[in-house]
Amino acid sequence: MCTGIVETAEVSGSGKGPRGWFKLERVNVSYDHPSDALIEYALNIDFVNQKEGPSARVAVELSPESARKLAQAILTALSQVALAVSDSPSRTS
Amino acid sequence: MHPYTTDMYEGMLAETIMLPGHDGDIINAYYARPLGPGPFPGVVLIHHMPGWDELYREFTRKFAHHGYLAISPNIYFRFGHASPDDMSAKVRGSGGVPDVSVVGDIDASARFLKSLPLSNRKVGVFGTCSGGRQAFLVACRTKSFDAAVNCWGGNVVQPKEKLTPAQPVAPIDYTKDLSCPLLGLFGEEDKNPTPESVSQLEEELKKYGKTYEFHMYPGAGHGFFYYPSVAYRPEAAVDGWKKMFTFFEKYLETHGRGS
Repeated sequence: MCTGIVETAEVSGSGKGPRGWFKLERVNVSYDHPSDALIEYALNIDFVNQKEGPSARVAVELSPESARKLAQAILTALSQVALAVSDSPSRTS
Repeated sequence: MHPYTTDMYEGMLAETIMLPGHDGDIINAYYARPLGPGPFPGVVLIHHMPGWDELYREFTRKFAHHGYLAISPNIYFRFGHASPDDMSAKVRGSGGVPDVSVVGDIDASARFLKSLPLSNRKVGVFGTCSGGRQAFLVACRTKSFDAAVNCWGGNVVQPKEKLTPAQPVAPIDYTKDLSCPLLGLFGEEDKNPTPESVSQLEEELKKYGKTYEFHMYPGAGHGFFYYPSVAYRPEAAVDGWKKMFTFFEKYLETHGRGS
């Protein structure tokens, strides 16, 4: 850990790793050296399940600009949720 | 060290071994040594934040090629086992490896090297990135080393708000206890450590009359030895390796490949 910039959050959902789908329990978001991306520092997002070991991980390494676009895209999509749900036809019909 | 010529015999043994680390915990390490009777000086390599990876195995063999007993302990051992990048992510998400276990593991690795019949009883420590910080820290917290090399170690100067349970004290605060000569290699464009924080460390070293040698490379940032990455700067890397081997030869009394 070089920069020490790490934020964590508990999450629920599923992620697909090298061994297939697994339940997610936590996301670690850091700004530090990437393992693969060809940039000096990256915004790293690791979706993990610690109970299943270190390999239970879905990872992305993004440039800061890409990370902001992702964050904005997530928020924009979520802002449409209420509208989309209220406009959708009833499934009971 | 005798310069290599093509008529020389050369051989090396490189393998994973187990050894007692901090608190006697058994950990694994990558160990490489030249073949031949020695005596050889030793170097302990502290791997960088991206993990105990292929690059550090290459570095370990490079030291053996240059006539050193070289060992790179897995300082992430206690966090479990997976690919190096998965382990790095796990350690990062867990708040980093504790300084106390790093000091213990590196000190134990030095003792291992000195115990070998091939050893000349001189051992240096080398680290890059977080390993550079830890090389400085270990050289301050123990008396096991005869020379230390800090390559672009960030967070040696660590403001109080950046201290954590794993890293409770800024290494610069231990400068008065530095127990061996120090070589520092840094890039002018690095954001951590910045040239300003390198100057701050240098002032502290001067204050306590420590033996040190710092080199600041223009046009280089963090990690300029790492040829698989965009950080690689060939001129700085070639010169840095040369300065490092000259430094270790001076303080570790290298006699070459067993000659």
